[in-house]
Amino acid sequence: MNGDRRKFLKVAGLSAFALTSGLAGLGLPTKANAQLAPGEYGHGDATVHAKRWAMVIDTRQFKSADDYKPLIEACHKAHNVPDIPGDKTIKWLWLDTYEHVFPDDMNEHMSDRVKGAFYPLLCNHCTNPPCVRVCPTQATYKMADGIVAMDYHRCIGCRFCMAGCPYGARSFNFYDPRKYMKEPTNPRFPTRMIGVVEKCTFCAERLAQGLQPACVEAAKGKILFGDLEDPNSSVRKALAANYSIRRKPNLGTQPGVYYLI
Amino acid sequence: MYNARPVCIGIVILVVLLTAPFWVGLFGKNYTETGVQTPTNHEACVEDADFMRAQHMRLLNEWRDQALRNENRTYVAKDGKKWEISLQNTCMKCHTSYKDFCEKCHISNSVSPYCWSCHIIPTEGK
Repeated sequence: MNGDRRKFLKVAGLSAFALTSGLAGLGLPTKANAQLAPGEYGHGDATVHAKRWAMVIDTRQFKSADDYKPLIEACHKAHNVPDIPGDKTIKWLWLDTYEHVFPDDMNEHMSDRVKGAFYPLLCNHCTNPPCVRVCPTQATYKMADGIVAMDYHRCIGCRFCMAGCPYGARSFNFYDPRKYMKEPTNPRFPTRMIGVVEKCTFCAERLAQGLQPACVEAAKGKILFGDLEDPNSSVRKALAANYSIRRKPNLGTQPGVYYLI
Repeated sequence: MYNARPVCIGIVILVVLLTAPFWVGLFGKNYTETGVQTPTNHEACVEDADFMRAQHMRLLNEWRDQALRNENRTYVAKDGKKWEISLQNTCMKCHTSYKDFCEKCHISNSVSPYCWSCHIIPTEGK
């Protein structure tokens, strides 16, 4: 009898060790990470790549607010952004005054050209995006190339990201956006639905096709877009040759949108 | 055993009821009876039809995550063919009719996916 008990305790002890040490799991395939599809995923042949996408806006070349209109139109058309009047509007690319855009740099005796002009605003695609930190569902996330993207499928509409974003770059769909458009302007791109937050995507879907972002294309050279980590890129050259500022740099978010003033 | 006859009959009924989903699956209606119309002008889907029929929803989820999070917007199928990962621009290019394709099975299976509150159903031109 005693011999049996001894044997039992040995086996029980070994089993407990194996189960708690993770040894038991070693023999099993890691099914959780397995891919369902039998094929392979990859980038398209035309896709343009960068280590860190960034934008340089030469505001000196825009003479008035009207000069930005084609850019905004191109962006909103490409992404089926609804035109909702009032304070529940959806903003991807919009304008504001120097005082509101660069509040830390404001002084009342600035030149009228700088103080009086309008500046284009969009998601800054920060290196340290606060919106990503506060999102409870990982619906918004930073991709390997620096773009802060949204997965609307996962957005629960809590609006933490809107509270987190210091640039007001996120808009909430208070209404069904389709009610505010006659028909989607770009049938190749989805709309959003009521109850999700949306924002500029740096045109990740256009970069995948080898195109430049819609606003950059419409700006005809007045906005540069390129790889911030490539010293020979157009953005790095423009930043090296000109004085540039970013929005609210003291917050440490490291915006990816630069303004030449 | 007391009341052997009714107890045995009861057990048999219970077993049949518990396994009912399998029997319905084996001998019940199959997908063709929903009236679903597969595209006639294309030979094959991304993967083989059995896989697509059973797994299309999971494949779409995987496509979504790969495209949106990893920027892998191209899928190379088992047969080596390349596809752009896009519900609107790839799937719906062949499956042009939402009414005759998606909806048929979804309605008869009482599932209501909300793909189309954002994705745009192609206008059915003939």
